[in-house]
Amino acid sequence: MAVISAEKDTQELNFRLVAEFDADVKRVWRIWEDPRQLERWWGPPTWPATFDSYDFAVGGRAAYYMTGPDGEKAHGWWVITGIDAPTRLTFDDGFADENREPMDELGHTHAVVTLEDLGNRTRMTLVTGFESLEQLNQMVEMGMEEGLKLALGQVDSLLAEEDAAV
Amino acid sequence: MVVDQMQDDAVDRLFQALADATRRDIVARVLVAEYSVSGLAEQYAMSFAAVQKHVAVLERASLVTKEKRGREQIVRGEVDGVQRARRLLDDYERIWRQRVDRIEDILAEDEDHT
Repeated sequence: MAVISAEKDTQELNFRLVAEFDADVKRVWRIWEDPRQLERWWGPPTWPATFDSYDFAVGGRAAYYMTGPDGEKAHGWWVITGIDAPTRLTFDDGFADENREPMDELGHTHAVVTLEDLGNRTRMTLVTGFESLEQLNQMVEMGMEEGLKLALGQVDSLLAEEDAAV
Repeated sequence: MVVDQMQDDAVDRLFQALADATRRDIVARVLVAEYSVSGLAEQYAMSFAAVQKHVAVLERASLVTKEKRGREQIVRGEVDGVQRARRLLDDYERIWRQRVDRIEDILAEDEDHT
């Protein structure tokens, strides 16, 4: 099992994921450092990501978009806030409009990635902080295969809760 | 939650309200952001009056509340914020689990080549 734990703080809107990989720290660092590798896993298979600029330096920006099944594009940006290769990467992640202008009103997330050497294995810890529920929702919609799936999923769990309580 | 004190007829109203795809979609939307009734009407290929009727059904089922603000009626989802947050974080976790799976696949390819 690659994912060791996932903790969620609903009050602070924080998400913390711990995963372990059968590869050394330098190799796992490359999946973040190399945009060609990053775009192979960042977007879902039906919404593949394309990073058309990626300045992997402190203060550097990335511009990416994900392409949906109908050709629809969802744009996003990163600003890299810290690099301590190959063990720590911090960045802000936000949304952009079709002109690739950051949509500041939606805010952005703060992500901290740490890689830890377990001797030929690597533990990756990711902590993401959200500014608002609306933003978290946008993030989820952007990362989901279809926005509708999310909508129906919410109603399913709503129904399940009501059902359990009745 | 309020559901604990729900009467049978309230439960009927709830399930009836959610039996319609448009109404489920409205609930999903207003759970994460406020919408005016006219803003909602723009999202669907049906008349303003039809959307307004759907909102009224949801209101009777206590799934949404409506508030007059100036000339607009603002619709808001009525499920507790913490529960909304939990659901969204669960969805976000799903996204990351899928990403971790794809990372594993990429790393596994390396091994195949050695």
